[in-house]
Amino acid sequence: MYQVWFRNFSVWLKHMRASLIGNLGQPLLFLLAMGYGLGRSVPEIEGLSYLQFIAPGLVASSVMYGAAFETTYGSYTRLSTQGTFEAILMTPVSIFELAMGEILWGATKGLIGGIIMLAMLPLFGVMPSPWSAVLVPVLFAEGIIFSAMGMIMTAVASNYDFFNYFTSLVITPLFLFSGIFFSLKTIAGPIRNILELLPLSSVVLLSRVFCYGRLDENILPALANLAVYAIISSWAAIFLLKRRMIK
Amino acid sequence: MHHQVTGSSSASNRSDERPVLEITGLRKTFGQREVLKGLNIRLESGICLALLGPNGAGKTTTIRIILGLVVATGGEIKVFGKSIPRNLRKVKYQVGVVPQMDNLDPDLTVLENLLIYARYFRIKKAAARQRAAELLEFFALTNRRDEIIQNLSGGQRRRLLLARALMNRPRLLILDEPTIGLDPQARLLIWERLRHLRKHGTTMLLTSHYMEEVTRLATKVIIIDYGKSIARGSPTEMVERMLGTEIMEFSGPEEKLARLQKALEDCNVSTERLKNRLYVYIKQGCRELDSAAMDFPMVIKRPATLEDLFLKLTGRNLRET
Repeated sequence: MYQVWFRNFSVWLKHMRASLIGNLGQPLLFLLAMGYGLGRSVPEIEGLSYLQFIAPGLVASSVMYGAAFETTYGSYTRLSTQGTFEAILMTPVSIFELAMGEILWGATKGLIGGIIMLAMLPLFGVMPSPWSAVLVPVLFAEGIIFSAMGMIMTAVASNYDFFNYFTSLVITPLFLFSGIFFSLKTIAGPIRNILELLPLSSVVLLSRVFCYGRLDENILPALANLAVYAIISSWAAIFLLKRRMIK
Repeated sequence: MHHQVTGSSSASNRSDERPVLEITGLRKTFGQREVLKGLNIRLESGICLALLGPNGAGKTTTIRIILGLVVATGGEIKVFGKSIPRNLRKVKYQVGVVPQMDNLDPDLTVLENLLIYARYFRIKKAAARQRAAELLEFFALTNRRDEIIQNLSGGQRRRLLLARALMNRPRLLILDEPTIGLDPQARLLIWERLRHLRKHGTTMLLTSHYMEEVTRLATKVIIIDYGKSIARGSPTEMVERMLGTEIMEFSGPEEKLARLQKALEDCNVSTERLKNRLYVYIKQGCRELDSAAMDFPMVIKRPATLEDLFLKLTGRNLRET
């Protein structure tokens, strides 16, 4: 599975700059527009300025976008037009290793974007605490979840347009309703419970906790939530890719 | 230096009596469609076996089953004496494949294609570099090693696919239509290289519908149609045995052809009637034939080929899948 990861990594090294700008552009622009623009007229949330409030969540969102796009548009190209998946499956590499190699690569790519974004926060006056180091494995787990979800889409897609469903119905709603831009704690009743169960919500919560070292929060439910999503989505991705590739 | 290029284990394992590939009663159905109906194949070490058949006969499906990309409905496959798919991974370390569809990695250069592929076989970096250099030389690609795949010609791509398939020094080389879509010059170069490999003991399983390719490369042929083997033998021997040495093609009005066909009943020949055309497959010369030849203004006499046998056995109708 490392070989599959390495293949994608080698290709990425060649186009690193374009790839990073593509992945980082959106979250940085959001941070600028919402944090600076809108933030000046928004009062403090949970004791943070609006810019501070949304910054950790936008780091988490950059991981989501990076991972999900890699295993949809990227992996689907390798599966369909390039025939790379089939070429790999003619070698001793198994379908399990292929799927996991792709998922781990997608997670890595998401994580790289997340770390760079995190490192850029001081430019916006946001100072991450030393606890941010703990965020790295959390963001990697997040990467696995969204990379596996993308792989599920790739395994059932018949063309690129199919990914519009994924972007419009999954990724964009998660981006907007996972507590990046508003506090889920202010929402009442079962809606709040549902929103808190979304995979990105758990990461946004953990990002804020570790970014600012606010360890008084109970993080166990969020960690458990991530583990469940990671395992189920990876398992489904492997199962569906096998069904797609082996007749 | 060319001898270094052939598989390492193949030549030394000649004494090994086990066939390299043994397929018994292979069956596969896709939904309602029965693609393989009890196919038997036996491939001994050092031999080039060609699977010949019209489109949809089941050749590529057979290959994909050997590679674990298609799961068989029934039957047994042993490669190097080991059952598939149970020992798939172990077996694949010693199998090389040239697929019908070009699936070179377009994100990588020529050399990188070979090196990354070697990683899938867990070949050490230094060994992979050396092997890649040898193979690029053997397939006349050394001066293109840093080129990206898009800039290669069709023939160069095919040669690179072959080089890639040989990176792991396979004991079994599978070639699925290795020269499809190439011009005659490019094809000749590949045939020459493949003959070299065969001479040095590389065992090959070849599918093709280029009869010339099969006649030049294969030591043994199995003709497959509708998922079953319908004839087998060496390319020249089976043509002589099943068809004859020469063919005469008569064209003319129906009644005249019918009369000729009747007159030939006592000869050691077989005939095939088509609209306004009579094919006579000659096993032994015959007086009636010589006199008939005078009567017809349009007669073609030529040696019988594998293509004639193929068309006789599988029919002249168009196959579409």
